[in-house]
Amino acid sequence: MKPQDKHIGGTLNRVDGHLKVTGAATYSAEYELPGMSYAVLVGSTIAKGRIKSIDARAAERAPGVLAVITHFNSPKVPGFTPTGKDPSQPQTVGGRLKVFHDDLVRFNDQPIAVVVADTLERARFAARLVKAEYAAEKHETDMSAGLKQAFVPTQAKKNPKSPVADYVRGTADAYKTGTRRLEAEYIIPTEVHHPMELQSIIAHWEAPDRLTLYDKTQGTLATRRDFAKEWNLPEENVKVIATFVGGAFGNALHSWPHESAAIIAAKKVNRPVKLVLTREQMTTMVGYRPHTWQKIGMSASADGKITAITHEATGQTSSYEEFTESTVQQTRMMYESPNVNTRYRLAALDVSTPIWMRGPGEATGAFALESAMDEMAYLLNLDPLEFRLRNYTDKDPENGKPWSSKFLKECYQMGAERIGWNKRQLKPGSLRDGEWLVGYGMGVGTFGAHRGSSKANVRLLPNGTVVLQSAVTDIGPGTGTAMTQIAADALGLPPDKIRFEWGNSQFAQAPTQGGSAIVNTVGPAVQEACMAMKEKLRTMAGASNAAFASARKEEVVFADTYLTLNGNPGARASYADLLKQTDGGFVTVESKPNGENNQKYSMYSFSVHFAEVRVNPLTGEVRVSKLVSCADAGTIVNQKTAGNQMKGGAVGGIGMALMEAAVMDDRFGRYVTKDLADYHVPVQADAPAVDVLFVNQPDPHVNALGTKGIGEIAIIGVAPAIANAVFNATGKRIRELPITPDKLV
Amino acid sequence: MNTEPDLPANHDEARRNFLKQSSLLTALALVPGPVVEAAAQNLDERVASAFEKVPLKLEINGKKFKLDVEPRTTLLDLLREQLHLTGTKKGCDYGQCGACTVHVDGQRVNSCLSFAVMHEGKKITTIEGLADGDKLHPMQAAFVKHDGFQCGYCTPGQIMSAVACVREGHAGSEAEIREYMSGNICRCGAYTNIVAAIQEVKNGGQKV
Repeated sequence: MKPQDKHIGGTLNRVDGHLKVTGAATYSAEYELPGMSYAVLVGSTIAKGRIKSIDARAAERAPGVLAVITHFNSPKVPGFTPTGKDPSQPQTVGGRLKVFHDDLVRFNDQPIAVVVADTLERARFAARLVKAEYAAEKHETDMSAGLKQAFVPTQAKKNPKSPVADYVRGTADAYKTGTRRLEAEYIIPTEVHHPMELQSIIAHWEAPDRLTLYDKTQGTLATRRDFAKEWNLPEENVKVIATFVGGAFGNALHSWPHESAAIIAAKKVNRPVKLVLTREQMTTMVGYRPHTWQKIGMSASADGKITAITHEATGQTSSYEEFTESTVQQTRMMYESPNVNTRYRLAALDVSTPIWMRGPGEATGAFALESAMDEMAYLLNLDPLEFRLRNYTDKDPENGKPWSSKFLKECYQMGAERIGWNKRQLKPGSLRDGEWLVGYGMGVGTFGAHRGSSKANVRLLPNGTVVLQSAVTDIGPGTGTAMTQIAADALGLPPDKIRFEWGNSQFAQAPTQGGSAIVNTVGPAVQEACMAMKEKLRTMAGASNAAFASARKEEVVFADTYLTLNGNPGARASYADLLKQTDGGFVTVESKPNGENNQKYSMYSFSVHFAEVRVNPLTGEVRVSKLVSCADAGTIVNQKTAGNQMKGGAVGGIGMALMEAAVMDDRFGRYVTKDLADYHVPVQADAPAVDVLFVNQPDPHVNALGTKGIGEIAIIGVAPAIANAVFNATGKRIRELPITPDKLV
Repeated sequence: MNTEPDLPANHDEARRNFLKQSSLLTALALVPGPVVEAAAQNLDERVASAFEKVPLKLEINGKKFKLDVEPRTTLLDLLREQLHLTGTKKGCDYGQCGACTVHVDGQRVNSCLSFAVMHEGKKITTIEGLADGDKLHPMQAAFVKHDGFQCGYCTPGQIMSAVACVREGHAGSEAEIREYMSGNICRCGAYTNIVAAIQEVKNGGQKV
């Protein structure tokens, strides 16, 4: 075995596993600072209007209260400059909510005050004493009303090549003239990320112009940039720590009102302020997968070739920020079809701003597209797998470029075999197991194999330990573990000699964790930094040792306390001596995205999910009895953590398909599903044993590691696989998620 | 349902409010010296401590604690905010997610749903008290081996629940484990691996 193959592809246990199982992993609300104070937010009780008055007297007098901050007395935030617009007019393209900046209420439970006290109990009590009076205006939170005023996103107007701009290949709406055609509407409700860790922040002004945030974020640098801007500070004056992030699934990709509020509060009381959201506030103010209406029109020839697809989507956004996502992207590139067109619109409502949720727009889009594929297969009397094979593409039909790699056919085959696809009956409702109806369904997922730019910082310690540092976060996929494996192989060291440190804005630049891009992006930087350090050390050793001077870096071997050469154990250069020659032994390398390859190839990860469901015809209960997820995600760095991530995506897909929905009471513009008793997510008893299969073929073009990304394709396509299986079991086509029992009886 | 008054009716709080109001709003000009002095010496806080807090004895992870806590403080907030035992997690505060699971006299309990003062004299075990020094409890080791987590936030609660699940005799089959572990939500969806970890411990015959 070559040393560089030793750890990549293996099953290394998580490097932070010990910390996580002993309770020693420190999440953002768990740092101890002297003088800690506690903040509790007070939310508006109307969805739209103006704050007439806030009576904070009782709260201010309550025991232990340090401050009650509202827009009447908030410290001025320099970044909250006036918009210059008529403030009575809602913004259509705007920015983040300016907390405690004006009297406007833009959504229900918008923070209108924050109470800071010396203990959590006192802050919570006092927050209930704050009373506000409003001049309420008529709000609109009903999507059906929003749809009537749907508009083209500004981003699409500015850039016709944007993924949310209208797209036409061949003739638009050509399906309407097809003889075998379907037209159907698909709806997903608002879904909430609900990571187990509540959104939390500790804001600490270490000096009037130096801010430290222990914050739940997916991007330490993005958070640093946002709040440096908000407070008009140089970025280096803001430090963001996010070592452990208790899940996020997208909701920590944006900076939110509670973060601004905690920073304002810390400024006001001149003490560190800890702010932890409640579960209800996780619904109302830190993003969600937007309620989305979609329509698919599709036509096909008698021999099962798609002749046209039209995909329309309208997603919900807030009145003050335009949030867009790639809902219609999969339709443009997944299947061969001479005529494809997509339209994406937004509906602005009096709600808080949505944010990407795992498998962002694609998971929403795939529910429509992959359901429609199933419907068309039935129309053509074809096996849905066969129908997909007949429309398989060997190059990207959107732009004619070759795929950097595509092993989706292999996925189809592996998955079909594992689920027992041959047991599936074409005629719905024809398989039974006792009282249960049994059905099989499939759904395909894809997501861009993105690679951004990243740096990595590496240094050797005298004891032979190698320390790498990156600003990247690890929200759960096992980034630290994968990077340790990559470094171990690059250096020929055992993983316990590598220490990968992450989650700190002062470490080497790395992108925000999201979009399945971290191993693709930070992985090569780590690899290149390790190789560069090896070469640097060899050169340094070569200054006094001819053997090193003439050696290649591939021959360099890291022994316990000295550097040596493969095949020449006599050549030695002690780390202590080498490190004397450097300023701390740091090597920083910047790894750039592969610009040229991006132009030449279309880069995507692919997945297919097969579901076996049991439906009780009397109660309408759906049980997912088996789920097989197959992924073409390039090289799998860690079979254990990658497999886990796929299984988790599948469980998320079960939630999306069968239970998750944030229900709005439009009379008040407030969610009634305010906690985990009302908003259902899958629990142990809802999850089947998920089978995961990887093609595990390296992609030759994304990066030298061959990775493509897993996080998103783990969920994209799962919900339609289940919906299609429910149809196969019952003959009932459910086009509005979630598939709750009432829709089946 | 909500019977909380707008203002504290309690005599002691009222007294402190008087001190506070007096000192903060009008003290310097209007009130006599002793009140100003009382406020300056934080007398209101001292009065609060004496009247609002009750004594509480607990044994946590084998260590005895003599505490003064407010009756409204939950066991979870006591552990996390006052004793800095942050291994026990807050995921919902409503007993719906299980992240705060601890053992009270050997029973699994959602610490967010119980007030600290309800546990006078009881023995509490948290995730920090499960390992034997540096040696992981078999359930902790099995969670690492089977990768029974991703972000790790629900993990302490899962492990405390898993240990109890085995001790209760509710780990007889995969289906039984799934049923008796359904009070612990893992949003990352590591359920299959959690079951594998529990089964290994159950079948491994080690003392749990």
